[in-house]
Amino acid sequence: MEIKTYDFAVVGAGVSGAWTAYELSKYTAKTCLLEKENDVAMGATKANSAIIHAGYDPVPGSLMAKLNVRGNALVRELHEKMDIPFRQIGSYVIALNDEGEEKIKELYERGIKNGVEGLKLLSKEETLAEEPNLSDDVRGALLAPTAGVCSAFEMSCAPAEVAENNGVDLIRNFAVSKVSDDGDYKLVEAADGRVVRARVVINAAGVHADEVAKLFGDDSFKIIPRRGEYSILDNNCGGLVKHVIFQPPVKFGKGILVSPTVDGNILVGPTADNIDDKDDKITTGAGQKVAFDGARKSVPTVSERDVITSFSGIRPIGGKEDFILGFSDADKSLFNVSGIESPGLTAGPAVGEYVVEQLIKNGYALEKKADFDGNRKVFRFNELSDEEKNEYIKKNPLYGRIICRCETVTEGEIVDAVRRGAGARDMDGVKRRVRAGMGRCQGGFCGPKVMEIISRELNIPMSEVTKFGGGSWMVEKD
Amino acid sequence: MTMNVDVAVIGGGPAGLAAALECRKNGIENILIIERDKQLGGILNQCIHPGFGLHVFGEELTGPEYAQRYINMLAETDIKTLTDTMVLSLSPDKVIRAVNSELGIVEISAKAVILSMGCRERTRGMLRISGTRPSGIYTAGTAQRLVNIEGYMPGKNVVILGSGDIGLIMARRMTLEGAKVKGVYEIMPKSGGLRRNIVQCLDDFGIPLHLSKTAVEIHGRERVEGITVASVDENLAPIAGTEEYIECDTVLLSVGLIPENEVSRSAGIEIDPKTRGPVNNGNFSTSVPGVFACGNVLKVYDLVDNVTKDSVLAGKAAADYIKNN
Ligand SMILES: Cc1cc2nc3c(=O)[nH]c(=O)nc-3n(C[C@H](O)[C@H](O)[C@H](O)COP(=O)(O)OP(=O)(O)OC[C@H]3O[C@@H](n4cnc5c(N)ncnc54)[C@H](O)[C@@H]3O)c2cc1C
Ligand SMILES: Cc1cc2nc3c(=O)[nH]c(=O)nc-3n(C[C@H](O)[C@H](O)[C@H](O)COP(=O)(O)OP(=O)(O)OC[C@H]3O[C@@H](n4cnc5c(N)ncnc54)[C@H](O)[C@@H]3O)c2cc1C
Repeated sequence: MEIKTYDFAVVGAGVSGAWTAYELSKYTAKTCLLEKENDVAMGATKANSAIIHAGYDPVPGSLMAKLNVRGNALVRELHEKMDIPFRQIGSYVIALNDEGEEKIKELYERGIKNGVEGLKLLSKEETLAEEPNLSDDVRGALLAPTAGVCSAFEMSCAPAEVAENNGVDLIRNFAVSKVSDDGDYKLVEAADGRVVRARVVINAAGVHADEVAKLFGDDSFKIIPRRGEYSILDNNCGGLVKHVIFQPPVKFGKGILVSPTVDGNILVGPTADNIDDKDDKITTGAGQKVAFDGARKSVPTVSERDVITSFSGIRPIGGKEDFILGFSDADKSLFNVSGIESPGLTAGPAVGEYVVEQLIKNGYALEKKADFDGNRKVFRFNELSDEEKNEYIKKNPLYGRIICRCETVTEGEIVDAVRRGAGARDMDGVKRRVRAGMGRCQGGFCGPKVMEIISRELNIPMSEVTKFGGGSWMVEKD
Repeated sequence: MTMNVDVAVIGGGPAGLAAALECRKNGIENILIIERDKQLGGILNQCIHPGFGLHVFGEELTGPEYAQRYINMLAETDIKTLTDTMVLSLSPDKVIRAVNSELGIVEISAKAVILSMGCRERTRGMLRISGTRPSGIYTAGTAQRLVNIEGYMPGKNVVILGSGDIGLIMARRMTLEGAKVKGVYEIMPKSGGLRRNIVQCLDDFGIPLHLSKTAVEIHGRERVEGITVASVDENLAPIAGTEEYIECDTVLLSVGLIPENEVSRSAGIEIDPKTRGPVNNGNFSTSVPGVFACGNVLKVYDLVDNVTKDSVLAGKAAADYIKNN
């Protein structure tokens, strides 16, 4: 088997790895993005609060603070060009007691030090005038107008797609499990025996980053998984709050929030539980109760009755109280992008920038590509005018066939989702790209049709169509 | 494209077909049925088992046979149909927006509208069962579609949650197709399904029905590997210590139906919190004048025969409305 040679191998296609690959795709160096799953964004990036934080939370002077504020600015700058759903709705940290009032003043001070724009402390009256559904116990709030909500998935799918369109090889189902050295290069081997060669390995493996580092003899950090559980409420609750509503941060995270999602539903969560198993993404009855009881302190009318789905995510806690970003002391061909806990989603674009800066600083001569194209456009039928819709349908009748009734998704869009760069390979991949199956009926109606489209487009039998790769088959072999 | 009609019927299942035919019988000329599927007949097309029509036709038919009777009657009239066409929304002044591959966006102005979009199934999210998110969890109706229309088996080792009729019928169907159905688990102390379905679909095949039991956790990282069930107390809360693990690769949910409200909501039609369908202001009229509703979109029916009977009345009401306005 031919072994391909790269300058850079990025391990992990979460937000950190995808933006690193995106930044590297601006240069002529050859890069691959190795992902152990069947799709991008299958780790922490898949399931989180999807908040683009303003940056008043991290300790001033830390990488976390710097990259949070820079990441926030980059998201605001790039989201249109790369078609990443983002709404700059602003966030409130609300104070419900004396301690809370102290805390929001402290956050205000920190924010100023971190260079966050537009922060403002609001009185009780100002807060309730904007957010009438908040608890009457509210004393005031810290407003951060640069905060917003995004599609967490698109935050890594978009850069992965641009990277692939600009020459990066996205290699799926490649679980890095062995590393050796041939003098010039690292030989990076997957669990199934495939091998790539690379000069530098950039380790953005999320909760598994410590295991990848160990393959290089680096055991300087250990990732502790911490689970957070959420529920999503029906979009008829969409008007409940207009801003991201945080309670003051607690020891284990940013506390329970209530927030609009970028699609107009309401998100409630997350909890924070340290767990043993890094991939134990279960939801529990107890966790859901904690989330709702917590949420009702902010917004008393939040109700379990409106839940359409619940999920959980795993935070990769690095234990160093800051991101772990830089060349490994154990092996100079390993660059760790690890311990990327919250606000890692926000920081993603800045993390990519930072990695490339460090590579250049450390003597890697990178040459800009003349023909890099950073634009990306996703076609969303729902957002077109009638004339545009008719034009598209005339050109391609598949845009006139609605497959998902809850979210009004056409067959044409599903086909596009499979065919585009870093495209969908399974049911969840389609759902995450075009929302088919995301609505009230959770795929009950469109599921069988989506399965058929995937089978047709990838030219595989129905029994090989999966929910999310691996052994997640949908129907039996005939 | 725009169209003008007297009566527009949204949904070509048994409810819509009966209502449209009744409008025609009452002298309404210009009637249009809009159906998103390629065929008329609605959910009946996937109900290939017998048990339909005992009340209306006095004989036992399968779902597709029952539907065919109405499709044949329709063929003898000049009622127009637009199939493979999805209705996107309805405005309070009765303009329907729909889309299909041939015509693009279509706007249909109607003097009266009959809503007959049927219902949807409740899902796992609404039940809030804890655990992992593997493949292999289907609603019973989706499984019915896969097996009866598409010809695929969702799995071999099956647990059914909820004892609604569709779940009972699927217990038999999956068994006949070679699957092992390990049991049906119902949270209530008694099944919501018809007596005859319990006898013919479970008892006759030795499939146990467990009452007052619910699912507390789903297991399996990629594909379902098992499910934990537990007995519930009088408040339907699981009783600690009664948990039992059952190995399976497939979980079918038959835990209730909810009227399809997307289009109704777009017109601002008032929804009844009890039936979860449009408020019936008498004679199948909704809160928006000239908009009527019948069949499962109005409230969930057990028997198609009753859907037909009520939909005839709704069709008559819509015809009367046009004559009087
Ligand atoms: C509950 C929760 C809420 C959060 N809320 C927010 C928020 O609102 N705003 C915010 O900014 N941040 C938030 N975060 C933080 C943010 O989600 C993470 O910091 C970020 O997603 C980390 O991205 P990553 O790319 O470093 O890791 P991941 O997204 O975990 O990506 C790692 C990737 O590496 C792959 N991988 C692992 N091992 C291997 C291997 N051996 N070989 C190949 N590939 C491998 C994985 O499959 C995965 O795709 C939250 C996190 C959690 C858990
Ligand atoms: C899975 C299932 C199995 C059943 N099995 C039995 C049984 O065995 N015996 C029995 O007596 N009863 C059974 N029923 C009960 C059922 O209530 C009736 O038999 C009957 O089918 C209901 O008729 P309907 O016309 O109201 O709805 P449906 O038959 O569901 O018809 C609604 C139609 O509207 C169309 N539609 C919906 N939205 C739109 C839109 N936006 N635009 C265009 N078209 C739209 C749908 O495609 C569908 O064709 C079953 C119900 C279900 C859901």
